[in-house]
Amino acid sequence: MDDVLVVETLRKEFGGLIAVNDVDFTVPRESIVSLIGPNGAGKTTFFNMLTGMYPATSGRILFEGTDVTHKPPHAITALGVGRTFQNIRLFEQMTALENVLVGMHARLKGGIVTSIVGLPRVRREEREARKRARELLHFSGLRGRDDDLARNLPYGDQRRLEVARALATNPKLLLLDEPTAGMNPQETAAFTGFVGKLRSEEKLTVLLIEHDMRVVMGISDRVTVLDYGEKIAEGSPQEVQTDERVIEAYLGRGAA
Amino acid sequence: MSEGSSTEQPSRARHPRGGTFDFITGPWQRIPERVRGWLPLAIVLAIALLYPYIVSDLKSLSTIGDFFPELDSAVYILVFTMMALGLNIVVGYSGLLDLGYVAFYAAGAYTAGWLASGQFQQVSFHFGSVGIQRDTEGIHVSVWLVLLIAGSFTAIVGILIGLPTLRLRGDYLAIVTLGFGEIIPQVVRNGDSFGGFNVTNGTFGINPIDSPGFGDSLNDAVGLPVNFQQSFDKFRLFYWGILALLLITVFCSWRLRDSRLGRAWIAIREDETAAAAMGVPLMRTKTWAYAIGAFFGGVAGAYYASFKSGAFPSDFYFNISVFLLCMVILGGMGSIWGVLAGGLMLSWLNIQGLAVIGDKFNEASGRNFEIAKYQFGIYGTIIVLMMLFRPTGLIPERRRKRELEEGVHDETFFDVSH
Repeated sequence: MDDVLVVETLRKEFGGLIAVNDVDFTVPRESIVSLIGPNGAGKTTFFNMLTGMYPATSGRILFEGTDVTHKPPHAITALGVGRTFQNIRLFEQMTALENVLVGMHARLKGGIVTSIVGLPRVRREEREARKRARELLHFSGLRGRDDDLARNLPYGDQRRLEVARALATNPKLLLLDEPTAGMNPQETAAFTGFVGKLRSEEKLTVLLIEHDMRVVMGISDRVTVLDYGEKIAEGSPQEVQTDERVIEAYLGRGAA
Repeated sequence: MSEGSSTEQPSRARHPRGGTFDFITGPWQRIPERVRGWLPLAIVLAIALLYPYIVSDLKSLSTIGDFFPELDSAVYILVFTMMALGLNIVVGYSGLLDLGYVAFYAAGAYTAGWLASGQFQQVSFHFGSVGIQRDTEGIHVSVWLVLLIAGSFTAIVGILIGLPTLRLRGDYLAIVTLGFGEIIPQVVRNGDSFGGFNVTNGTFGINPIDSPGFGDSLNDAVGLPVNFQQSFDKFRLFYWGILALLLITVFCSWRLRDSRLGRAWIAIREDETAAAAMGVPLMRTKTWAYAIGAFFGGVAGAYYASFKSGAFPSDFYFNISVFLLCMVILGGMGSIWGVLAGGLMLSWLNIQGLAVIGDKFNEASGRNFEIAKYQFGIYGTIIVLMMLFRPTGLIPERRRKRELEEGVHDETFFDVSH
């Protein structure tokens, strides 16, 4: 299996604080990799560097062999990295459908003048985009919610819409930042199944930040553990579960 | 008892609108659905088009006659409404608070001054100009073409202002645009000697500016007016001209809103970070908002300069930026119909309404109260009241209105079947 994402000695400093400390990391194609660690371990910072939100202090990020370390977020998205946010960041005043359509921005071509004039080419593109957006909403379990404003959706549906919107960018690699936060066990189980479906049906590679260990252990091919910005363990769920340093990081020294 | 009420309900359901207004709703229901949606619009449009013919009759009505604007005031009203629609793209769609929109107005007006007047007497260049002697000094390009050039030039000014400023967010952007709104009129005011070359004619401004028109050949062929300014129907012609420009602006605003770019603008307004993560290039998209917003300001400015036959630095004061912003806020940010309503209302109040209301008040009360003196106090009060009681504007943007009507859903949390 080849790697979709290769991260080499990635480092992020905020002043004197080292948030991510020379982490090496790879994500194999069509795998589900989880990134776990206690609060403040640098997981989201790591995500933000992968998507171009934060500039890396040093190190390199290679996506599909392309160096994306210093590329802006929209360019990285255009290459095929989609993401969701830990604290839901939908376009609240837009409908569910419009949210998904924004996700397609980089794939669509309609220009200013051509949109105003309403060229047949642009109209067709727009029609097809809407059709695809509806399909994505259905696929993500948001049937019949197309014209609801994002902010009016219930919490679980907002999480689903975030995923649908990320899928609309047509990603090869999907980054999910704590997607099951705030969900009850039933919803979490449904969501876990959904992520599995993304890999099996959409041939996606998924990188996941997650706190719910049942989710992590249930669907991950590989788990990477960060603590204080350093990678302290990596391996199959079983290996990580029994790793002494991991138990120590989570439960404190002496617990192992 | 319970039986009685249950038999009553279906009968009420069969006549949902049954009641006092049957004589209106009855015929209304018989109009086909497709037509019904467009009918109010068509009526408004017809009135707007025919306004020059009925204005004298309307003005002779007792009591309310005074409230109808004369045609020259109507031109002013429509010009500023058009600018408000341009500003709406920047502020309403994209959420970029621009306090210096007057700079675009000035850029448009001065483009008209440069390309359609005797300002540059060193040369004599004529291109499609109408009603002007062939040997007149200066650059005289057809005003229709000048409108397009002015729009494009102003769009470039918008991009140039945007490139350094659009990296800022929120309040910082507002402050810097405020600065540019002050800088450009000052440059214009002092532009009578750029290295010894008179660019803007300083405080005297540029005048006269050429008038739009269709020229002799079109006049002979189909009877179109040679030159608006020299026509007996001057005000009518200028009125129809700006009405056409305003309609084009509305059309473009509408098409852009529902386009890929429009969605990106609104997405940036809603959440910049998320928009970037969804593949929207922030700088480019915001700069386009500036450029297109500026374009309409430039066209309106050039047209108004041609109507007034002059561009003077004293026209471009900071208040205009605020005034335009008030129109957008009052009407409803991002809402085309709202901004139209807000623009028409405030610019009408500004040019005529306040004075008329003041006169009526004085007539009735026997006082001598110059209400027009307090105009900005009154606008300020309107804005404060709007913010308190109707913060989404007179006619809220479609999506915001829907939100108010729907309220928040309270349904099943998560669909487990997937």
